[in-house]
Formats: sequence, C-alpha cells, structure tokens
Amino acid sequence: MSGIWVMAGITLREAARRKILWTALIAGVVLLAVFAVALRLQVLEFQGRPMSPFLRYQVEAGMLMVGLYTCDLLAVVMTILTSIDTLAGEIGSGTIHAIATKPLARWQLLAGKFLGFTGMVAAFVALTFTGTVAVAYAVTGVLPEHPLRGALLIVFECVLALGVTFALGTWFSTLTTGVLALTLQGVAFLGGWLEQVSGFSQSAHIVSLGVASSLIMPGESLWRRAAYEMQTPLAGSLSFSPFANVSIPSDGAVAYAGLYLVATLAVAIRHFADRDL
Amino acid sequence: MLLGLVKPTGGRALLLGSPVTDVHVRRRIGFLPEDFRFYDWLTAAELLDLHGRLCGMHAAALRTRVPEVLDLVGLGANRDRRLRGFSKGMLQRIGLAQALIHEPDVIFLDEPTSGLDPMGRRMVRDILRAQRARGATVFLNSHLLSEIEVTCDRVVFIKEGEVVASLDLRSPAQQELRVVAHARNVSGAALTGLRAWTASAHLEAERLTFTVRSKDVLPDIVRHLVACGTDLLEVTPERVPLEEMFVKIMGEDRGL
Repeated sequence: MSGIWVMAGITLREAARRKILWTALIAGVVLLAVFAVALRLQVLEFQGRPMSPFLRYQVEAGMLMVGLYTCDLLAVVMTILTSIDTLAGEIGSGTIHAIATKPLARWQLLAGKFLGFTGMVAAFVALTFTGTVAVAYAVTGVLPEHPLRGALLIVFECVLALGVTFALGTWFSTLTTGVLALTLQGVAFLGGWLEQVSGFSQSAHIVSLGVASSLIMPGESLWRRAAYEMQTPLAGSLSFSPFANVSIPSDGAVAYAGLYLVATLAVAIRHFADRDL
Repeated sequence: MLLGLVKPTGGRALLLGSPVTDVHVRRRIGFLPEDFRFYDWLTAAELLDLHGRLCGMHAAALRTRVPEVLDLVGLGANRDRRLRGFSKGMLQRIGLAQALIHEPDVIFLDEPTSGLDPMGRRMVRDILRAQRARGATVFLNSHLLSEIEVTCDRVVFIKEGEVVASLDLRSPAQQELRVVAHARNVSGAALTGLRAWTASAHLEAERLTFTVRSKDVLPDIVRHLVACGTDLLEVTPERVPLEEMFVKIMGEDRGL
C-alpha cells in the first residue's frame, strides 16, 4: 500500500506545481474580490431604500449562491485542466516507463495519482468555498444553510470529473481527453439546466432529455443538490432564482453519481492494467 | 514485456524464478528506459528518493544511499539542482542512478551510454563492471556494439523479435578470428587445403586472409601452408569485430 501513498504524495506535489492550479487560485481570488464588491454595492443600495429585512436576506442569500456556483464551476474546470495529462501525458511522453516498472501494480499507480488529485481538489474547494462564504458573511451576515454538505457535494462533483478524466486518459491522448472531458461536462451542464427548465415548461421531452443528459454525466445534478442543501427552503422555492428547487436531485441521483464514479474508476483501472505502455 | 510494460500475447516468462506478472519481483529489478523521462521539477536527490521509496526503501536507508549513488554517477555536486537544468548526459546519469538506487539483482539498461561523452561512457562501463562484481546480472540493450564488446560477457542478436544468434564473448572457443598472413609462393593446393579449417580463404598479392573459429587450429594451418611450399613472413590473428559479426548474422541493411 505504501506505493499508493508515495504516488499520491508526488502527484499532490506535481499538481501543486501546475500553473493552471495557481491561475485558477488567482482567478478565484479575483472573482472573490468582484463578488465582495458586488455584495457591498448591493448592501449599500439596500440601505438607501426601505426594504423588508426578509426580502433583503433572500436576495443576499441568492447572491451567495451565485458566488458559490462560480466557485463550483472554477473548481470543476480546474480539476479537468490539471488532471488531463497525468495519465495520457505520461503515457505519451514515456515518463510512465520508469514508474510503471517499479514494484507496484498498475491499479496502485492509478489509485495513488487519483488520491493525490483528490487531495488537491479538496484543498482548492475548501479554500475557494470558505473564502466565498467568509466574504458573504463579512459583508452581509448571510451564511449557507448546510455549508459542509454543500462543500462535500462540490468536492464530489470535482472528483467525479476527475474519475472521468482518468478513465479517458487511459484510452486517449491528452488533447482528446481534455476535449471529451469538457464535452461531458457540457452535457452535464445542459442536463442540469434542462431539468431546471422542465419545471417551468412541463415538457415531458425536455424532462427526458435533461434526465438522459444527467445520466450520461451526473456532475451538474450534484451541484443542484448542493444548491438545495445550502439555500433556505424559501429561497429555493423562489421560482425566479436560477438555483430554484424546481427539480431537486434525489438521494438516488447522488447514489447514481457515486456508482458512476466507481464505474469510471473501474474502467480506468481495468484499461490501464491491460494496455501496453 | 519482462518489466510489464507490454502485455505478452502468450507463453510464460520467469524473472528470478517468479512470473513476470508478479510485481513484487520488481523490488529486485532495476530499469533504465531508452528515453528516460522524469518529473523535471524534482531535484536529483528528490528523484532518487522517489524511486527508492517506490522500490520499497525506507527513509533512513535512502538518507545514506541517495548521496552514495549520486557520487557513483558523478552527480554528487548536483544533488540539489532541478533536473530541468540538466544536460542530456547528466539526465542519462541520473536515469542510471535511479535504476541502481535499490541495489537490484537484475538490471535492464536500454542504451545507457546514449548522450554520454567518452568519460561518461567509461563511467558507465566501470559501474556495470562493479554491478557484475557484486553479483548483479545486467541486460544491456545497445546498438553501440563497441560498448557491448568491452562490457558484456554474452551477446544475443535479436531480429524481428527472435533470437537469431548468441555468443559468449569471454569464451575463446566462441571467438571467431580473422587471420592475416604475409605469404609468398601460395600454391593452389595450399589454398584448397585450407578448406579443412576455413571457408573464407582469400589471397590478394602476398596478403592471405581467412577466418577461423579458434586460434587452436592455427599451428595446423601454418604447418599445412609450409608443407605446401608457402613462405610465411608474418601471421597475425585478430578478433573479428562484433560489428562485422552483427552484419554477417543480421544481414546487410537494405534500406527503406
């Protein structure tokens, strides 16, 4: 087992050196600053006119959700971009040769890399999520309903994207892996919004299309569940919000995402173990 | 295939008595790939530490072993330098060091002298001899036949995935010799009689050349030539270069 941890450690160090990670962190700080300014302006604007504290709270909670959604998108994109060449790139360049001939099974090599990236993703989400919540609390005094559940679901969404990238990386080149992983993420995004829109349009076809998209890539449904967990029931029920609880992913949907992750890892391990390097 | 990089389509292979699919046996194996790639953001010492730990070595053992191996490959002064600043020769040296870090019993080296200057090549030769002296078996894959000639005990020629010839370079019985003789009055009978020992006798002016499998037959050949009235002024046996044997065994390169 120690080989797994050695690989996890070196992968974490490698990931931490990626420019894209630091670019994403800087982008996160910039977005956080913009978010803080926007929140502050909103608070000042509210102070200038008579407004029900209840409505004010709902709007500010909605803005917090916008900030957290930005944090979620940034984390998913960063996850994909940092991990696309960890397998595909090392196989393509031959870096894997000196590693794969060491006394550790291929699945251990892959598991170590996966754990390393999971650690990096968790740290990234913890930083950006905490930053967003802290800024919102400092400016407005608003906190999410269940921040831990929300943060864990966002990490889960990123880990799911990681599993997909790993599985694709055992088959395809870095570029193809990146294109396919981002396309699948697009499908997930589309599926999530189609399911959301279906709540208004009541179209069975749109519902089916949305569900099918979410089954192909269930990442976005995890975000919608996270949004549901973090909003007040009332804010979630406001149909004008893009995070409205129109179509809440069930526990079954979260379990499906879990099975999906297990399946992608199984595919990745199986193909990585069987292929020539 | 022996190292698990390529999956066999059939058959069975053992390494140190264990099936090649057993990853544990790789604790006793060292490998330098032909085009050694690495995490170039690591320092030389960090890379060796990583490979040592992947081979199951403990931190305490690595603290003494890493500087030792760095000194062995002549990189002791560069231990804290990042690999991205290394020259090709230095990278080849660190690649060799990672293959030796855990003192393996079997070492596979793919073109280990590639990119090295003459001093570097000599260093590799010395290291390989030291490995042999401590009892390790070294598989050296190289197209630099002169390196193989001075380093290896045995050589195997592989053509299209199959062993087509095997030679023991340390066995006099298997050393083909080319004999160059300065001779006068070589008769047809003398030349015909040489067929008993060689099929390659060639006479040009006063230069008689032929190859034999062993120098043990030279006294008989000399006696035969003298008996046939040949005046022998000089007889020089020399080892046939491996390159020549390679061409003979593998056939001429017909190009693309």
